[in-house]
Amino acid sequence: MRGPASCLARTPYACRSIHGEYLKDLLLILIQKELKIRYKSSWLGYLWSLAHPLAFALIYYVAFGIFMRVQIPDYPLFLICGLFPWQWLANSLYASPLVFLGNASLVKRVWFPRNVLVAAVVLNDGIHFVLSIPVISGFLLAYHLSPSWSWLIGIPLLVLAQFTLVYGVALAIASLNLFFRDLERLTALLVTFLLFLTPVVYADSMIPAGYRALLHLNPVAPLILSWRNLFLSGSLQPPVIALAWLYALLAVALGSLIYQKLASRFAEVV
Amino acid sequence: MVVRFENVSKWYPCYQPILGGLKTSLLHLPETLRSLKKGRMRALDGISFEIQRGETVGFVGLNGSGKSTTLALIADVLRPTSGRVEVRGHVSALLELGAGFHPELTGRENIILNGILLGLTRRRVLVKIDEIVAFSELESFLDQPLRTYSSGMIARLGFSVVVHLEPEILVIDEVLAVGDLHFQAKCREKISEFKRRGVTIVLVSHSTEEVRRLCDRVIWLSDGKVVAEGEPRGVLKLYEEAAALRRSPVGQSVGEAEV
Repeated sequence: MRGPASCLARTPYACRSIHGEYLKDLLLILIQKELKIRYKSSWLGYLWSLAHPLAFALIYYVAFGIFMRVQIPDYPLFLICGLFPWQWLANSLYASPLVFLGNASLVKRVWFPRNVLVAAVVLNDGIHFVLSIPVISGFLLAYHLSPSWSWLIGIPLLVLAQFTLVYGVALAIASLNLFFRDLERLTALLVTFLLFLTPVVYADSMIPAGYRALLHLNPVAPLILSWRNLFLSGSLQPPVIALAWLYALLAVALGSLIYQKLASRFAEVV
Repeated sequence: MVVRFENVSKWYPCYQPILGGLKTSLLHLPETLRSLKKGRMRALDGISFEIQRGETVGFVGLNGSGKSTTLALIADVLRPTSGRVEVRGHVSALLELGAGFHPELTGRENIILNGILLGLTRRRVLVKIDEIVAFSELESFLDQPLRTYSSGMIARLGFSVVVHLEPEILVIDEVLAVGDLHFQAKCREKISEFKRRGVTIVLVSHSTEEVRRLCDRVIWLSDGKVVAEGEPRGVLKLYEEAAALRRSPVGQSVGEAEV
């Protein structure tokens, strides 16, 4: 019936076996909490989650499309298709350094699987992304394009890959930030760097041939490229998606490793 | 035996934020790493004790003497640096005011959130929720957001959740005197009921009066060591005398001379 209660063995924190039902309940209640808070404190909660990427699409369109004359057909739509998934990634990573710190009083006093806190944050932003897909469809229709049947496979495949990737990185950042608080400032900086190193506001074809191979080293690039291909043309490119998944699995392996190494010392430093 | 500490020591590392900027730290990496490792602080210094099933044990001591560290070791959120900690049974911790609650959620939502965070499944919390609400006597506020509650009401809600967790070992850190006199009486009644049912209670309090009334045994900690241990009257008398000596500047030197 109980979660941690049934685990009387004093095994290392991250490795304790947890009742599946308990884990599900914990994850759901934390997501529910985040959603409720967002909608209770502001009626426009959902609209804000749309307004942010749309506002960025607008400003990038003005700066790069009109002023710098980037030659990409339907550039506003192009921006929107990249910025919505980007927003999920960026929001979760921005929030990640404070996930454990923000729950210090709990982390210090009770034992529960703390990585669920990170999963809840990432899933919460993911839910907002999924809810914004109808808006992307609306823009497609406005540009005389339409959603494709391939979305039925593509969206779950990419949502899962992105969750895995972001969860892994966020778990690593949340854990490490307890020990090196400077990471909080670095994270904000790195996410901005990553935005401009990833083909979000420009197309990968615009990168000079000599640098294009470097794109494979960017763990986020294959994901964003896959999203945009899927939204704009309904196409799924197996090698790109495979690379996105490879990075996702690497991220979650690394994140979990760091978490398992450090989790038992969280209460000392939080 | 439900809790056993065998020669337990606990050192806290002092993780300093990297000072002097990242560049300097990276350029002088060996020194940076050394400074990260050097700062350590001892919270417990080889303490041993046992707590039997159904006992109520109080820890007293000045701030920083290791009481909260001891409770955190029992609750299994910390691991000892050396020595052995053995705990048999489910530990429920009474959290400080409002921990695990969110001001924007209603009382009811907070009960569910808190219950799950403290280790129950949602189903168990829903079975218990009527009892929890009845105990808290906050029925009429239940669907109001927690931010409209007074601090006494929040404490009542928190206490009500924890006492319905079916604890085998209840850990209480300085949070017993909650709510108004009427609710405090209910808390005392609940604690007595726990004692009758054989629940083990471990508490930390600065109120020697409270410790005397509730505890079967008292352990006095100072600088991470057990100074005295035994039945409340004797240990608390020593503890109060020592505290009084510490307060008066003349007494201080006398106290040190005696030690």
